[in-house]
Amino acid sequence: MIDRIPFKLKKRPNPSGLVVMVVSFLALFSAFLVASVIFWAYGTNPIHAYTVLFDGMFGGTNELATTVRRAIPFLLAGVGLALAFKARFWNIGAEGQLLLGTVAASWVALFSPVPPPLLIPAMFFFGFLAGAMWGLVPAILKSKLGVNEVITTLMMNYIAINLVQFLVQGPWKGESQWGFPYTDMYPPQARLATLGNTNVHWLTLILGVVAAMLAYFFVQNTTPGYEIKVIGRSPSAAKFAGMSKVKTTLLVMFISGGLAGMAGVGEVAGIHHMLRGPNQISLGYGYTAIIVAWLARNNPLAVIITSFFFGAILAGGNAIKVSLGLPFQIIDVFNGLILFFLIGSEILMSYKLTWRNQND
Amino acid sequence: MIDAWVVGTLSRALAFGTPLLLATLGEIYSERSGVLNLGVEGMMIIGAVSAFATAFITGNPWLGMLVAAVAGGLASLAHAFVSITLRANQVVSGLALTMLGLGLSGLFGKGFEGEPLTSSIPKVTVPFLEKIPYLGKILFIDKSPFIYFGLILAPVLWFILFKTSIGITIRSVGENPAAVDSVGINVWKVRYLCVFFGGLMAGIAGGYLSIAYRPAWRQGLTGGMGWLVIALTIFSSWDPKNSLTGAYFFGILIHLSYRLQPWVSPELLNMIPYMAAILALAVLSLGPLKRQLGEPSSLTQPYIRGEKQ
Repeated sequence: MIDRIPFKLKKRPNPSGLVVMVVSFLALFSAFLVASVIFWAYGTNPIHAYTVLFDGMFGGTNELATTVRRAIPFLLAGVGLALAFKARFWNIGAEGQLLLGTVAASWVALFSPVPPPLLIPAMFFFGFLAGAMWGLVPAILKSKLGVNEVITTLMMNYIAINLVQFLVQGPWKGESQWGFPYTDMYPPQARLATLGNTNVHWLTLILGVVAAMLAYFFVQNTTPGYEIKVIGRSPSAAKFAGMSKVKTTLLVMFISGGLAGMAGVGEVAGIHHMLRGPNQISLGYGYTAIIVAWLARNNPLAVIITSFFFGAILAGGNAIKVSLGLPFQIIDVFNGLILFFLIGSEILMSYKLTWRNQND
Repeated sequence: MIDAWVVGTLSRALAFGTPLLLATLGEIYSERSGVLNLGVEGMMIIGAVSAFATAFITGNPWLGMLVAAVAGGLASLAHAFVSITLRANQVVSGLALTMLGLGLSGLFGKGFEGEPLTSSIPKVTVPFLEKIPYLGKILFIDKSPFIYFGLILAPVLWFILFKTSIGITIRSVGENPAAVDSVGINVWKVRYLCVFFGGLMAGIAGGYLSIAYRPAWRQGLTGGMGWLVIALTIFSSWDPKNSLTGAYFFGILIHLSYRLQPWVSPELLNMIPYMAAILALAVLSLGPLKRQLGEPSSLTQPYIRGEKQ
């Protein structure tokens, strides 16, 4: 059957940046095209829907601020995932690692003896540590016992969700919250400043950009970073060169989980000022961050751009929900389609479509 | 007192374990052919919502089950196309399918939320057998027919996989596709069919949840069951007959997480199945057990003709 097709695939060993960009844009465009069919099937005019979406993304200062606010957790978690994926560790657990960050931050803010001026740094520090520990469990299980990390990281997400739920409904339930499943409000010194009257907690944003730059430098210019690249590209070559896969995996997951944990700290310290139901804190940020990293082709610097893009989709999706009355799950539809088209189109990057010669 | 408790627990374990069993059986076939499908959660929930919608609109729950199976199967083809034909990463493609499934079910299931279903799959009581002490109560009184479907299907699928030429073909495609290809068997076709079968089974498992087990539809109905299926596939060491033990064991755990709620907070209890899954995977991976697992060698490897695997 293959022989009848008039063209063939030719390997393209190193696709240029331009090829990657063009293919990525094509993939995004196709995903939106298919999504418009879904809008139509739902009885919504797709053109109208996209107008609303775009308005919700960049329509004004408020919309832009919402986009940036949503981009912040994607940025931090996405940089971490880019590193993990680069080392070929399938960390699907950023959601849980992020939630552990919120738990640690809430503990520091509400129950620890940390003096008020040091609250914010301590929250980020312990948030990083908690996320890192949550990420290390699957990393240890993987490198010591060979347990599949996709499953363990995922299971850890469900455990984390239930942990947060347990804390806010049980031992940490606030006395001043009229019976709602929230902790008490953080003291003022544990809250992050925001830009004007927006929700943009700029400190976390800066931390995210710095993390992206550091991660890029780390991968490009340091020995452990180099080892991540080699292990990701060719595990056998890495082994031959005497690189320790165990050490690299643990290091990568420490950073990856830690950055997701910091993303969680930003959400509770910058937006909610308390710990509350996991679904209220994270709209599946850890899962979307997977696509953020993938679209960035695991380049930490590119994550700055892709996280902004997915922040925009989340902001626009909210606008669609509000003004068109569509369920919020439209976001999941977008995300799923985008991811499908992104990976489906990769064959166009690594292979070139050429016409078959007669002698082929 | 104690025996009533045990009988009750085992009886509920069958009810909770059945959707896990059905979806695991499908995933075993998919993975045996070399295709990991992490989209089980997505396919299950698509099955659940389409079963409910069909049963709600037509009043026929059996038609609902059929539509659930077809919907799950069609959803699986998206994964098949992307990962088999386009050779994309199977892990990510499966995740995409789950996201898409959760999104679509939320979107199109919105209108059915909280609606009562008047026609669900009826429960059956088997005459004569119901009178057996203990066993009658566990197995034969007031049971969903899909419990028997799972109980019968598991050994049948084991027989097909290990005792027939179809099974040999499927397993060889998962172990050494190049060799199978060289004797003229279409690797891609076998993989497509196995993934499709996995989709059918996940769809039925979802339908069981929404119109047989407890007739109702809500957002996120599957609640992570699809991920337990992925873990169960490994526990079963890719063998349908072992999946019975695993699925019913997790059925017991899920039942206990409800049963113990008067004493322990539900959130802590909800963690039990997931913790158990991690623990069991870790124990299974300890030295001597690992070798007996039998993971298909070409799992997650796309097949490219003429290239060294």
